[in-house]
Amino acid sequence: MAKRFNALPGFGVTMGFTLFYLSAIILVPVAGLVVKASSLSWTEFWRLATTQRALAAYQLTFGASLLAAMVNAVFGSILAWVLVRYRFPGRRFVDALVDVPFALPTAVAGLTLANLFAQNGWLGRFLVPLGIRGAYSALGVVIALTFVGLPFVVRTLQPVVEQLEREVEEAAATLGASRLRTFASIILPTLFPTIITGFALSFARAIGEYGSVIFISSNIPGRGEIAPMVIITMLEQYDYMGAMALALVLLVISFILLAVINLLERWASRYQT
Amino acid sequence: MPALPKKIVRKTSQRGSDDPPLVKWLFTISGLAFVAVFLVLPLVNLFALALVMGFAFYLDCFLDPDTQSAIWLTLIAAGISVPLIMSFGLVASWAIAKFNFRGKALLVTLIDLPFAISPVVVGLMFVVLFGRQGFLGGWLDQHDVRIIFAVPGIVLATVFITFPFVARELIPVMQAIGSEQEQAALTLGANGWQTFWRVTLPSVKWALLYGVILCNARAMGEFGAVSVVSGHITGQTDTMPLRVEKLHQGASASSITAAFAVASLLTLLALLTLVVKSFLEWKTEREQALAQRAIVPLTAQPFGKREQPPSA
Repeated sequence: MAKRFNALPGFGVTMGFTLFYLSAIILVPVAGLVVKASSLSWTEFWRLATTQRALAAYQLTFGASLLAAMVNAVFGSILAWVLVRYRFPGRRFVDALVDVPFALPTAVAGLTLANLFAQNGWLGRFLVPLGIRGAYSALGVVIALTFVGLPFVVRTLQPVVEQLEREVEEAAATLGASRLRTFASIILPTLFPTIITGFALSFARAIGEYGSVIFISSNIPGRGEIAPMVIITMLEQYDYMGAMALALVLLVISFILLAVINLLERWASRYQT
Repeated sequence: MPALPKKIVRKTSQRGSDDPPLVKWLFTISGLAFVAVFLVLPLVNLFALALVMGFAFYLDCFLDPDTQSAIWLTLIAAGISVPLIMSFGLVASWAIAKFNFRGKALLVTLIDLPFAISPVVVGLMFVVLFGRQGFLGGWLDQHDVRIIFAVPGIVLATVFITFPFVARELIPVMQAIGSEQEQAALTLGANGWQTFWRVTLPSVKWALLYGVILCNARAMGEFGAVSVVSGHITGQTDTMPLRVEKLHQGASASSITAAFAVASLLTLLALLTLVVKSFLEWKTEREQALAQRAIVPLTAQPFGKREQPPSA
């Protein structure tokens, strides 16, 4: 299989081991779900996947994920810019903090965020009287998903901002462009594909998120349930086929998002030297 | 001749690529405020609530036998999963980084697949395979093997979720290093194993450690997938994150404080992970800088300008 002559040993063994491991752990379970779900007829599948409860769950999942990804795209871009371009005390510390959502178990994040925004929490006691309910509400879901997705935008964008050539911006300034003009015609077009990639990664992560959301959402059927929550409830009620139909919808969406992200990454890399 | 437009001459910033001070302040403050609200405050809040009933109560929370069994189960599950992922990562990155073959991009995408799939869906996949209604459920029942609602299911779900972690860190590093050093070792008479242990492994050791600690953090903190396959049997199949949920549902003040106490232990693990991660990043940066400094004076600088060794 190796195209060029390669003196290194072990291609057959390592490749075989890799494929075996990949099949046993990833591909067989994925195939199992697809095969089991395909025992449903098309009309049956459609009925199970589009119940009132499921539709409400899709709406909350996608709406909240979209909002969270947009918030992350804005603040994540600002943060990436600040961390790369500006120098201030504690910069490395803040940079390390950005990874907190990667390292912190999602259940822990949900627990503390829900408490923070609850009526007697540190932020909730100021926000709830203003009518901003950040816990046990749809807004809570957005907050949890924002937390979970933040590092994706920052970490995707940081290396690209680092590679931006300051000379180009200086040339623009020398030629008479205002900083705003430079931003609009040079910086933003260069960064935009990467921001969109980070947005998509953050969105994809939010769609599947479960641990943090169940702590902060109201979890009321038909209003406060995200799609993974509905799957869990159906499993607890032994409604395997209902759970399977929803899981298949989420799985297909994951595959589509994965393909979109791959395309976006290819698009973004064209803008980098 | 008209005079130059004022805005070119006016000095608004030191370099043409510097932002105006107002923008600089606005960005810095809004960025830092975002970090403070979403990242710092939740962590401080967590420790404050864990300690709200005093330090003695905090320590007492860990004497609860069900909590202790949850800690043990988490350690066991991570102790089995992480070495599995590590061995897979090393083998897969050797095959992918050192050789050229068709379908490499597809293989890498498939390895990344677990990042894209919802943890709850992952849990369901294992229920479909091994659950009572599942493909192998009947056979497993007959032979009295329990996978779902038992430790093997928890390990399988954890392995699925953490599958890409080590391979993903190793592949780019191995690709960047290339295989000249291994070829040289082989030419000098080393066998495959010696080459791997003495040449490849030392050159990727920091990346390997990096992947392993991230994998471990994720393995110990996984919630969604484990939640589906565990069955939530108190004292038996509750991992630490599941124990946090159960204590939180207890709803009494002491139970909720205990939930925060267990959560604080997981948080300490996460913070430790970040410290090690930052240290490793700092170390690799420094090694790269040193390597460059070692090369530059020999190749790029004229002889006359070379640094003189300090005279004795």
